[in-house]
Amino acid sequence: MRVMAQMAMVMNLDKCIGCHTCSVTCKQAWTNRTGVEYVWFNNVETRPGQGYPRTYEDQGRWQGGWRLTRRGRLTLRAGGRLKKLATIFSNPLLPNISDYYEPWTYDYERLLTAPTQRDTPVARPKSLLSGRDMKVQWSANWDDDLGGSPELTVNDPILKQVSEKVRLEFEKTFMFYLPRICEHCLNPSCAASCPSGAIYKRTEDGIVLVDQDRCRGWRMCVTGCPYKKVYFNHRTGKAEKCTFCYPRIEVGIPTVCAETCVGRLRYIGVVLYDADRVLDAASTPDDQDLYMAQRSVFLDPDDPGVRREAERAGIPPDWVEAAQRSPVWALISKYQVALPLHPEYRTMPMVWYIPPLSPMVDALRDSGHDAEDERALFGAIDALRIPVEYLAELFTAGDPRPVRDVLARLGGMRAYMRDVNLGAPRRPQIAEAVGLTEDEIEDMYRLLALAKYDERYVIPSAHGEMHDRAGELEELACSLDYESGPGMGGSGPFGEMSGGSQPVAVENFYALKQRQTSDVFVDPGNSRRRVNLLNWDGKGAAEDVMPPRAATDGDREEL
Amino acid sequence: MTTFLWVIVPYVSLAVFVGGHIWRYRYDKFGWTTRSSQLYESRLLRLGSPLFHFGILFVVLGHIGGLLIPESATDAVGISETFYHAVAVSLGAISGVMTLTGIAILIYRRRTTGPVFSATTKNDKFMYVLLVATLVAGLSNTVLGNLIGHPHDYRLSVAPYFRSIFYFRPAVDLMTQAGIGFQIHVTLAWILFAVWPFTRLVHFFSAPLGYLTRPYIVYRSREAAVARPVRRGWEPVTAPVAPQPRRRRAQR
Ligand code: SF4
Ligand code: SF4
Repeated sequence: MRVMAQMAMVMNLDKCIGCHTCSVTCKQAWTNRTGVEYVWFNNVETRPGQGYPRTYEDQGRWQGGWRLTRRGRLTLRAGGRLKKLATIFSNPLLPNISDYYEPWTYDYERLLTAPTQRDTPVARPKSLLSGRDMKVQWSANWDDDLGGSPELTVNDPILKQVSEKVRLEFEKTFMFYLPRICEHCLNPSCAASCPSGAIYKRTEDGIVLVDQDRCRGWRMCVTGCPYKKVYFNHRTGKAEKCTFCYPRIEVGIPTVCAETCVGRLRYIGVVLYDADRVLDAASTPDDQDLYMAQRSVFLDPDDPGVRREAERAGIPPDWVEAAQRSPVWALISKYQVALPLHPEYRTMPMVWYIPPLSPMVDALRDSGHDAEDERALFGAIDALRIPVEYLAELFTAGDPRPVRDVLARLGGMRAYMRDVNLGAPRRPQIAEAVGLTEDEIEDMYRLLALAKYDERYVIPSAHGEMHDRAGELEELACSLDYESGPGMGGSGPFGEMSGGSQPVAVENFYALKQRQTSDVFVDPGNSRRRVNLLNWDGKGAAEDVMPPRAATDGDREEL
Repeated sequence: MTTFLWVIVPYVSLAVFVGGHIWRYRYDKFGWTTRSSQLYESRLLRLGSPLFHFGILFVVLGHIGGLLIPESATDAVGISETFYHAVAVSLGAISGVMTLTGIAILIYRRRTTGPVFSATTKNDKFMYVLLVATLVAGLSNTVLGNLIGHPHDYRLSVAPYFRSIFYFRPAVDLMTQAGIGFQIHVTLAWILFAVWPFTRLVHFFSAPLGYLTRPYIVYRSREAAVARPVRRGWEPVTAPVAPQPRRRRAQR
C-alpha cells in the first residue's frame, strides 16, 4: 500500500442553474490573456448538448484517454510512444480552433470616435486571431439551454449512444447543466502523452500541472486528455490547463469556481488512495466495472491501518484529519451519491458528480403527482428510463444500476426529510429501502442542503518551506511566477512572453484569506501589490479595479 | 578577406551558437518552444510540416555523414567514391527537394492563412529567408553540379576544411578551392548557426527522445517547485560564522 492524498471535488448537479458565474470568474482570474481567449478552464455545458470543444466526448474521433490492448494492457488510445514521436510534426488528432470557436472582440473604438451622423454606428466583430472582420458563428455556449435544438443537439455524442426512443424524446424530458473543470486524474493521460514530460502530478495534493518552462509545444496532451481540458496557448506556444487554483488551495481556500458558485454546489476535500493499485484499477476489463474499481482504490481515513500507512508515507496528520472530515470522501464512499464523469476513459477522474434528480421531480410535478412521495419517486426513477439511460452514459459507462441507486437515495432523502420538516412521524423504512441509516440520511441531508463554507470546503494548507520562510511570503505567497504559473511577464524578444520570469508576486494569498474571513475591509496594505478581481474581497473600493472617482470641488479643497 | 570569411566568421558563429544556446536556455526557458500554429490551420500543415521536418532530418544526417566521415575512411571499408557519390547525391537531392517543398507549403500557408500570418514575428521572417537561402544554395550545389557533369568533390575540400576548424587549424585554402556555390552555402550556414539560438530553431534541441524511456506519469513534489534561490534581501537569519580558531595539532 502506498498512500497518497488527492485534492478532489464533487459537484451536485441538481443545484446548478447554469449561470456561468464559475466560468466567468475563472476566466477573469486565469485566462483573460492574449493567446487563451478561447480557453475555459471551467465551462458549463447544457446536456444534452455537444459540449466544449464540440463533440469532445466522441473518442472514436478524438482518441483521448486510455484503452485496453487485446492482452489487457493499458495503452494510450491515440497510440504509443513511437507513434506519438512519428506524428509530432503534425498531430492528426488535434482539434482545430473552429472546434472551439474563433475568439473575437468588437470594434468599440468606432462607436467612441464616430462623428455625428445619421446612421447609428455599429461595432463590427473582429477576429482576435487575424484582426479581420469576421462572422460570429460559434462560441463556448452556442447551444446553451438547448439553443439550436434539435438540429444541434442531435450531435451530442452521448445521445448517439442511447437508444432511439431516448433520442426522440429527450427534449420533452429533461435538460441539465454540467460544469466541468480538469479532473486532476489519478492516471492522467495528458501527462502520459507529453513527450517532454512537462505535465506532472504533484505528490502532495495530486494536482496536475503543466511546467511552462519545460513545455515545448508538442500539443500531444491536448489529444491525450479525453475531457479536452488541456488547451494550447496559441500565442506563447505552450499548453495550459486548469490548475485547481493551487495558489489558493495551498493556503486553504477553495478554487475560484467553487468560491463563486451561485448554487453552492461544489465540495472540495482530500481523498486518500492507494497509488499502487491505480494502474490495476484502470486496467479493469469491463468498462462498467470501472466506477467500482476506482472506488476500491480510495482508502478509508478512519481505518487505523490506513492512518498508519499514511503516516509512514509522510502525509501530515492534519491532512489525514482533513481526509476524515472530507465532504468528497463522504459523498463518494459513505453516502455513495457521487459518480465519476466518463470512467470509461480510464484516467481515474477526480471531479465527481451527484446526478440530478430534478428530471424525475419535474416529470412528477408536471403530471400532477406528489413529487416528494417516495413511492412516486422510486416509481418515476424506474419508469423514466430516458434520463437514467443518458446519465448512465455519462457517469457509469452505460450501467443504469448505480445511477438508479443514487437517484433512489436522493429521492429517499427527500421523502424522509419531508416528514421531519413537517413534524410527521419518521419512517425508518424509507432509509432502509435505500440502504442508509436514519442518522446517515440526516447527515447527508445536512451536507447536501445546509452545509456551510467550512463543511463544503475542507482544505488543509500546504506544508513545507512556505511556512518556514515566512519572510519571503511577500514575494512568494503565490507560486504563479514559478514554473507552471501562467507567466505574468510582458513580451520578450523571441515572441510572446519570452524572457525570464518576473519576480513580482501577483497576489498575497495569505492576506487574501485573512480578508475573506473577516468582516471589515482589510487593506492590502502594500502599494506594490495590485488588487484585482481575483483578490478583491468586495469590501471597500479597490483602486486598481475601479476607475478613479471624478474629483469634486469638495475633494479639491481638501487636497 | 579569406581569413575573415573562413576563419573569423566560423569561430564567431560557433561561439555564438554554443554560448547563445546556453544563455537562452538559462534566460528564456519559457520562450523555448515550437510555437506551433496547428491550432489555426491543419490541412496544409499536415502536408508541409512532416515533409519539411523529415526532409531536414535526412539533410542533417547526410551532412553529418558527408562532413565528418573522411573519404579515406569510406575508401578503407571498400566503398568506392563513385558509388558513395551516387548514393549521396540521390538521397541528398530527394531529401533536399522534400525539405524545400515542405517549406514552400509552410510559407505559402503562413502567408495565406490570416491567423498564422499575424502570428509570424519579424524574427521568424528573417529566419525563414536565411533558412530558405541556405537550403536553396545547398540543393543547387548538389543538383547543378551533377547536371553540368563536373561535380566538385566536396569531400576533398569542404569536408576537411570543416573538420579542420575543430582542430583549430583551419585549412583556408581548401575552402578557396571550392566552387562559389559551396562558398555561398557555407557562408550562409555560418550565419544561420549564429542566429539559431535566437530563433524558433532552438526547438531542434528539444527532440523529446526521453519520452521513449520515461514512465508514463510524471510525479513531482510541490516542494521542488517552490524551492528557488533566495532573493536578495530575503536571506534567512543565520548566525554569523565566527572565525574558527586554528585547531592545534595533537601533540603527544
Ligand atoms: S482531465 Fe485533467 S488530469 Fe485528466 S487527462 Fe485531462 S487534463 Fe489531464
Ligand atoms: S456558478 Fe455554480 S450554479 Fe452557476 S453555472 Fe457554475 S456551477 Fe452552476
